[in-house]
Amino acid sequence: MTTTSTSAMGGIVRRKEDPALIAGKGRYVDDIKLNGEAAAVFVRSPFAHAKINSIDTSAATAMDGVLAVYTAEDTRHLGDLLAQVAVGSLRPLLADGAVHHAGEAVAMVVAENAYIAKDAADAVMVDYDPLPAVVDMKDAVKDEIKAHEDAESNVLLTWYSHDWWPGVFELEDHRPAIAAAKERDDVVVVSQEMTNQRLIPVAIEPRAVLADYNSGYGRVNVWSSSQIPHALAGAIAKTFGMTSHDVHVVAPEVGGGFGAKLNVYPDEMLVVFASKELSRPVRWTETRREAAYSTIQGRGWVGTATITGTKDGEILGYELDAIADMGAYSQNFTVAIPVLGLYVAQGQYNVPLAWQITCVHTNTQTTDAYRGAGRPEAIYYVERIIDMYAAAIGMDPADVRKKNFFKKDEFPATTAIGLTMDSGNYEYNLDTLLEDVDYDGLRKMQKDARDEGRYIGIGLSTYVEVCGFAPSVLAEFGFGWDAYGLPTSFSGSGLVRVNPDGSATVIIGTGPSGQGHQTTWAQVVSERLGIPVDAIRVTHGDTFESPTGVGTFGSRSAAVDGAATYEAAEKVRMKAAELVAHMLEASAEDIQFADGGAHVAGSPGHTVTWAEIAEVAYKPHKGPEGLEAGLEAHAVFSPGNATWPFGSHLAVVEVDPGTGDVKILRYVAVDDCGNRINPMIVDGQIHGGIAQGVGQALFEEAIYDENGNLLTGSLVDYPLPTAGDLPAFELGWTNTPTDVNPMGVKGIGEAGTIGSAQTIVNAVVDAVRPLGVTHIDMPLRPRKVWDAIQKARG
Amino acid sequence: MQVSMTVNGSEVSGDVEPRTLLVHFIRENLRLTGTHVGCETSYCGACTIHVDGTPVKSCTMLAVQANGANITTVEGLADGDNLHPVQEGFWERHGLQCGFCTPGMIMSASALLAENDNPSEDEIRHGIEGNLCRCTGYHNIVRSIEYAAAKMRGEEPAPPDWTQDFEGATA
Amino acid sequence: MYPRSFEYVAPSSLDEALAALNDHPGAKVMTGGMSLIPLMKLRLFSPPLVVDIGRVPGLDSIADGNGHIAIGALVRHAATASSDAVASGAAALAQAARLTGDVQVRNRGTTCGALAHADVAADQPAAALALGATMVARSAGGEREIAADDFFVDALTSALEPNEILVEVRVPKAGAGTGSAYDKLGRRGGRSDYAVAGAAAMVTMDGGSVSAARVALTGVGTKPTLATATADALVGTDGSADAIKAAAQHAAEGVTVLEDLYGSVEYKTHLAQVYAARALEAAIAAAG
Repeated sequence: MTTTSTSAMGGIVRRKEDPALIAGKGRYVDDIKLNGEAAAVFVRSPFAHAKINSIDTSAATAMDGVLAVYTAEDTRHLGDLLAQVAVGSLRPLLADGAVHHAGEAVAMVVAENAYIAKDAADAVMVDYDPLPAVVDMKDAVKDEIKAHEDAESNVLLTWYSHDWWPGVFELEDHRPAIAAAKERDDVVVVSQEMTNQRLIPVAIEPRAVLADYNSGYGRVNVWSSSQIPHALAGAIAKTFGMTSHDVHVVAPEVGGGFGAKLNVYPDEMLVVFASKELSRPVRWTETRREAAYSTIQGRGWVGTATITGTKDGEILGYELDAIADMGAYSQNFTVAIPVLGLYVAQGQYNVPLAWQITCVHTNTQTTDAYRGAGRPEAIYYVERIIDMYAAAIGMDPADVRKKNFFKKDEFPATTAIGLTMDSGNYEYNLDTLLEDVDYDGLRKMQKDARDEGRYIGIGLSTYVEVCGFAPSVLAEFGFGWDAYGLPTSFSGSGLVRVNPDGSATVIIGTGPSGQGHQTTWAQVVSERLGIPVDAIRVTHGDTFESPTGVGTFGSRSAAVDGAATYEAAEKVRMKAAELVAHMLEASAEDIQFADGGAHVAGSPGHTVTWAEIAEVAYKPHKGPEGLEAGLEAHAVFSPGNATWPFGSHLAVVEVDPGTGDVKILRYVAVDDCGNRINPMIVDGQIHGGIAQGVGQALFEEAIYDENGNLLTGSLVDYPLPTAGDLPAFELGWTNTPTDVNPMGVKGIGEAGTIGSAQTIVNAVVDAVRPLGVTHIDMPLRPRKVWDAIQKARG
Repeated sequence: MQVSMTVNGSEVSGDVEPRTLLVHFIRENLRLTGTHVGCETSYCGACTIHVDGTPVKSCTMLAVQANGANITTVEGLADGDNLHPVQEGFWERHGLQCGFCTPGMIMSASALLAENDNPSEDEIRHGIEGNLCRCTGYHNIVRSIEYAAAKMRGEEPAPPDWTQDFEGATA
Repeated sequence: MYPRSFEYVAPSSLDEALAALNDHPGAKVMTGGMSLIPLMKLRLFSPPLVVDIGRVPGLDSIADGNGHIAIGALVRHAATASSDAVASGAAALAQAARLTGDVQVRNRGTTCGALAHADVAADQPAAALALGATMVARSAGGEREIAADDFFVDALTSALEPNEILVEVRVPKAGAGTGSAYDKLGRRGGRSDYAVAGAAAMVTMDGGSVSAARVALTGVGTKPTLATATADALVGTDGSADAIKAAAQHAAEGVTVLEDLYGSVEYKTHLAQVYAARALEAAIAAAG
């Protein structure tokens, strides 16, 4: 059955965002120009680890057009960069006495334009004493070289699944039971060390920030390419001793985020500082090569996954023993990212779990949230090792998965780390996928191809993700903005106002970067109020507009801010019903809203328009006695639980054993994110997520040499998937709504990425398994596939 | 150095350093900010414009090289209020998310269809290899270009292929 | 993103351009700028003077002459790729041009520019080498011809003197019984992007046997390199699949194979053999 609705939830609505964007009239930070603005450029370290003996800025300062050159001497008083989870070494705004990763900012030049600023930056002379660098995370654990010369250890902490939040969760330690299971003689133990390589996010819009401090108003206006404008405003206020209501942060059009812009950055503080010092607007726009040093990176785990299970497919224990690379400094969530992995550590499987992951500093760029943030890594390990287990016992990988799933009637289900998963129907979802692709037919095709000497592989993966971190108490774990002086759990904010002309304004606390919030939120409000989508204007990413805000990340926006908006709209609807009841001389319970107005149930001819309702709302003498004038409501929604979407992905690939070249023949995904507000937008999120997972599986890797130099910092050496590298995606859908929020929506922003990398790897390994290959570490560039084949052949 | 060129039908001129990149001249001097900068190695294609009718990357061209050229940027693609079919296709088939790569992508696609209004999916995919998108996975970009191609041929575009509700989606 | 300052001239004649080069040591010639400008933006290379020959008339044509095809300094990759003359007379070069960069790059970059830039992983240098092209270099002092065999000196280094401009590349036209082809493995797999490794081949068949062959490799060493051992091994055979396979085993002999991000020495050596074979097979098929 097709959806025919065009305005309400569940309908296909062309995006309200698009007319400006397709005409080149969207305004990103770098498109905004202020009178008298100056440009900042950073001097960056060529060494990964070095002592700074001296910085000579005299030649740069003397150049025509240079306004100022700042070093740590000038900015030290502002303190380190604030981090939400402040475990480990924090980043100074400018390197102070030493540098700890290549590309670390050592000085900032401000000049009339970026060309001059760059010339001057080249003229800043820094005298370094190089120190030994620790680059590989396995070396970091040994502590022979310290990433921070004065630190006692590179190791920050180890997260254990049975003890991840002592005092809050009392959990069973599954390790003894798993150890006992290994002694049984009817079990197999399958173990593999695997790397989940470090990635560079590469939002196509580089980060940019423009600050304009006005001492007259005592206010700073900041435009930043950020996913978290409210957190940024809080951080600026705290850093500069201001109140956050004097810090106006706007995230205008944001050209992709993927977690890279889910951070508070030193450059954002430094342009505010420079604007204050110089009494001029100051801009910094990242260059692409620089982004590898100035923006966080993601992933970067190495670990050994082990499944202990019976020979007929019953898993008795799943273990992961891993190290996660934090890079040189802890920023926003850095050391908490592995915890997000822990959330979904066991995937869809109701199995005993023993996870431990050690967080270490190295002399490399900081890691933090990159699309999926811990969850793609976690799912990668469990979904790879379950495939290896299936191969080891000669069982079909789909059957092994099904045998160990949490069953439909087990929901709400409690995970091994004590969290409750809201809803799930895993077997039905996987069966839908297998049916859609004719799985048995595919396996037959594969067999026929092998008989012809072709190496076709079929890869499967299921996944669970977790969206909209909740409940509120998690703010005490670190999932809030307290460090930025913004006390909040990760609640949602929605303000709905019916304007005097009958149109509506919706103001939300999100910071989207392409997710189409203006459209979907208009649909949510339209569905509640009957105001057409075209007459609803949605504003986001503005700290002076939205009373509070958390931002856009963790696939949280629809499930949390969406729910807040739904509730605010509901409040408006209740009040409007009273107004209409007065106008139509009926009872408020009988008022229905549709088609741009309201009517009394049963008499659709007897209607008032929203303009008419608004007029009564704003002219209280026309309304019912005692009813407050105006027609708006604000709601904060704090969900009682996170939501837990899931899905199943399948890829068909062909490998050329002569070169190791991989070609994706088909990619099929059946995701379940509960109810969908706009299926077109949901599909788009899945497509993009898959492409990023495929990018990790096949191409992308931040490679550092042994001295900590990044070898893949430009797009020449850090290949992203292009249209020619990818197939058309075939999507299916199942729907298992949540009861965590009133709309039954779960979230879809990261699902595609979480489901896809191991789907590709499983397919490639499946293709070359007849040649003896059991595992290949990502990215599966041709050389690695070929090397693995050679190694297997001996 | 003095440069002059025709941009979106208007004669423009300016005084630039030899090192001024064409994309900076367009964005900073002309304040046409639809042409974006996404990389510095001629890979991402966000800066794609038409120079004398062919798509090129304006970040890898000096403004002085464009002296006397006839340039079209994304702002000049529509015919007044009438969207170019490619722009319409991107809107109808959700060919964009964050929109940052979109102007360059649209400029490449419009040039592709000007040469061949009935490209295969493979030709479309390889034809836009010089434009990187991190949001869409290209699926809906390809569908958007197919939509535009059909329109340009005077045909009805194929229906969209988004997932629809179906009987049994909720088990 | 922001190049260092430089002087710029856009001469309207070749003589002017040559004089500018002669008078300014360190000056750099620019045609499309697709290789030069990114290096300047990253400040990896900062010439004091750029001599833009993009406005010099008469350098932008492909001439289908007697015995050879002459491709002028300003002929874009796109023009080389779509030229009927190149496709029929020097197929390997047309194929290599088609696989160079992306659409926008092919619209600005030039075949001669790619040859002069001598990138180790570029496509057209290997094709020019296999085809036995001749480079026509001109300076204020006159003109000289450089055989492709002598042209590629090292990574990013050609035999051109700093005051010379590569005004034309002349590619011998394939006669009856001669075919050529180019193929590669790209960095993102398939034929995408720069070459991990690739090969161009030209083969002449005479009465059912190979009478002449040239094979050139790209991506495997510091420069495009002739695989002479493979060519020698193939000449005199029947050009069958077995003969190709046997000859291709020698592809990397005498070649200094270098590891990079995209392949080990062992892998690149193997790819040299694979692509030498693939290029030879296609060339022989084209030879008819």
